[in-house]
Amino acid sequence: MSDRIFGFFGLALAAFYFWATSIIPDSFMIDVVGPRAFPYIVGTVLTICSLYILLRPDAEPDWPNLTNFIEIVFATAVMFLYGWALSKVGFVIATVFATAYLSWRLGTRPVGSLITGVATAAGIYVVFHLILGLSLAKGPLGF
Amino acid sequence: MEIFSNLADGFAIALTFQNLMLALLGCFLGTLMGALPGLGPANGVAILIPIAFTLGLGPTPSLILLTSVYYGAMYGGRISSILLNIPGDEPAMMTCLDGHPMALQGKAGEALALSGIASFVGSFFATWGLVLVAPQLVKIALLFGPAEYFALFTMAFATLGGVTASNQGKSAFAAALGLGIAMIGSDSQTGSERFTFGHIHLYDGIDFLIAIVGLFAISEVLIFIEHHQGGAAAKSTAKIGKLMPDFGILKRSGGTMFRSTIIGFLAGVLPGAGASLGSFLSYSVEKNTVDREGKTFGKGDPRGVIAPEVGNNAAAGGALVPMLALGVPGSGTTAVLLAVLLQLNITPGPLLFRNNPDIVWGLIAALFIANFMLLALNLPMVGLFTRVLLIPTRILMPVVAMISFVGIYGLTGSTFDVMMMVGFGFGGWGLRKLGVPLVPVILGILLGNEMEVNMRRALQISDGDWSILVGSPLAIGIWAIAIIGFVLPIFFGKKVKKSMVAGHSKEEMDEVMKGGD
Repeated sequence: MSDRIFGFFGLALAAFYFWATSIIPDSFMIDVVGPRAFPYIVGTVLTICSLYILLRPDAEPDWPNLTNFIEIVFATAVMFLYGWALSKVGFVIATVFATAYLSWRLGTRPVGSLITGVATAAGIYVVFHLILGLSLAKGPLGF
Repeated sequence: MEIFSNLADGFAIALTFQNLMLALLGCFLGTLMGALPGLGPANGVAILIPIAFTLGLGPTPSLILLTSVYYGAMYGGRISSILLNIPGDEPAMMTCLDGHPMALQGKAGEALALSGIASFVGSFFATWGLVLVAPQLVKIALLFGPAEYFALFTMAFATLGGVTASNQGKSAFAAALGLGIAMIGSDSQTGSERFTFGHIHLYDGIDFLIAIVGLFAISEVLIFIEHHQGGAAAKSTAKIGKLMPDFGILKRSGGTMFRSTIIGFLAGVLPGAGASLGSFLSYSVEKNTVDREGKTFGKGDPRGVIAPEVGNNAAAGGALVPMLALGVPGSGTTAVLLAVLLQLNITPGPLLFRNNPDIVWGLIAALFIANFMLLALNLPMVGLFTRVLLIPTRILMPVVAMISFVGIYGLTGSTFDVMMMVGFGFGGWGLRKLGVPLVPVILGILLGNEMEVNMRRALQISDGDWSILVGSPLAIGIWAIAIIGFVLPIFFGKKVKKSMVAGHSKEEMDEVMKGGD
C-alpha cells in the first residue's frame, strides 16, 4: 500500500515537473536543444519509475507507530526551528536547547540533557569559533 | 619511469608539516567514525566537507584530510564487527563472520591486530594499483567525446546499485529525483531560470553539500530517534587480550592476502561493485579455496578475518580509480569524495591528471602516508578506539547533528540553507523507509549539470541529431554495459544478497545496507 501511495506521489511529482519545465522561459541565448529537453527526459524517467513502483509494489515497509512518528516530526520541527532561531538568538542559545531536546528524546534524563546541551554548545563554540575561527550565527548578545 | 617521478613530486607536496598533521587528524577521525555504528565513511566525510572548506584549507590539504578520513573509516569499521558483531559500516559486514567468534574465544586482540595488518596490506597494494591503473584509464578517457561522457554518466547510474540492488525501479527513481533537483537554478548554457519560481535563494541552485549532509547525517539522527536507540554500542570495554598477531598465521596467509587484494581491487574499479561486494567476494573465494569442507570458516578462522578486510580496503583504493580518472564514482562514499572535488572547483577526469598533477599525485602520496599512519594508529592504539563504543548515542547523535549544522551554516551563512538541510533530512528518512536508495539521489545532484552539458554539447556537434549519442563503438559499448548492469540485478540481485546476509538477522542487515556503501 505504501508503495502505491508513493507511486501516486511520484506521478504527481512528475506531472508537476513537466508543468514546471514547460514554463521555463527562453532566453536571448539559444542552443540546439534548449533548456527544456533534459528536464523533459528526467520527467519521463520519473513517470516510468513511478508507474513501475505503483504497479509492482514491494512488501510493506516497517513504519513506526503513531507515537514514534510524532517523535520524528517533532525532532524535525525542532531542528527546523533551530535553523530559524540561529539568526534570532544566536548560535549558543539555540544550540543549547536543540541539543538538549534531541538528547532528551534519545533517552538522557532532563538535567543530563541540559548539561549535554550546554557542553556541546560551549565545546563547539570554543573549538570551531575561538580556535578554528569559523563564523557562527551571532545573536543579540554577541554569541 | 614517469610514474615514479610523479610520485616523488607528490611526496614532496604531501610531506609538509601541515599536510602530515591533517592526514593524521583525518586518519584518527576516520577510524573513530568507522568504528561507530551509524556513522559510516560516507557520513563521516560528508559532515567534515563543509568544515574543511570554511577553515579555508587549500585543495590539496582538504583532499588529504578527507581521503584520510575515507581510508580511516575503512579501517575502523572492523572494530565493532569483531568486538560486538555489529558492523561499523556496510563493508565490514563480512568481518563479523569470523572476527566475532575469535573475540568470543578470547582472541579479540589477535583478530584486531590481524585485521589491522590485513587492512594495511589491502589498501597499500590497492594504492599501488591506483598509481598504475589510473593513468592508463586516463589515456582511454582522452578518447571520450561528449556523447561518450553522457553514456558514461548513464552507466554510473545504471550500475550504482550493484548486483545487490533490490529494486531497480526505486534506484532509477532516486537517480531521476537527484537529476531533477540538479536542474534547479539558472541554466548554465542559456541562463534561463529553471524551477526557481522567482525564489531568490534558488537562483544558484541547491548546494549539493546541503543535500548530502541532510540526506546522510540528519536522516541518520532521525532513524536513531525513531528507534529510541540512546544507549552505547558496547556495555563495557570488552577484554581485548594480547595485541600481537601470530606471525606464523601471517606467514601462512600470504596467499589469502594476495588473492583478496586482487579481487577487492577489481571489485572497487569495476562499476557497480564497491567495497561491500569486494569483501564478500574475497571471503567466499577464500572459503572455497582453503576451507572446502567448511570446517573452520565461520568459527573463528583468522583467514576469514583477513580475507574480507583485505578485500574491502583494496576495494576502497580501487574505487578511487574511476572517480579520479573519469569523474564517475561507483559508490556512496566516492560520490561524497567527488563532492569534495566539485566544491574545490576541480573537475576530475583526464584533464585533472594533465592540468593539476600536483593535486593527483599529492593525494596519492598522502594515501600512502595515511596508510602507514593508520597501521600505527590501529595496532597499539586500538584500545582507545574500542572505548569510543562506550559513548552513548543519546549524546553522540545530537553532537553529530550540531556539527553538521555548524558546517553548513559556516559555509553558506544562511539560515534558509540550514532549514533546507533539515527538509532533506526528513525526506531522506522517508525515502529510506520506503527502500529508495539515497546514493543515486546524491549522485544525480552531483552529476546532473555535467550530464546535461555533455548531452547538449553532443547535440550541438551533431546539429540536433540524437543518434550521435550512440554514434561511436565506444559509446555503444558503454551503453551496453549500462543496460547489462541495470538488468542483471533484476535476475540475480536477490540471490547474491541472500548469501551475503547469511548468518545475520535481516533487520540488522537492512539497517546497515541502507546506510550506503
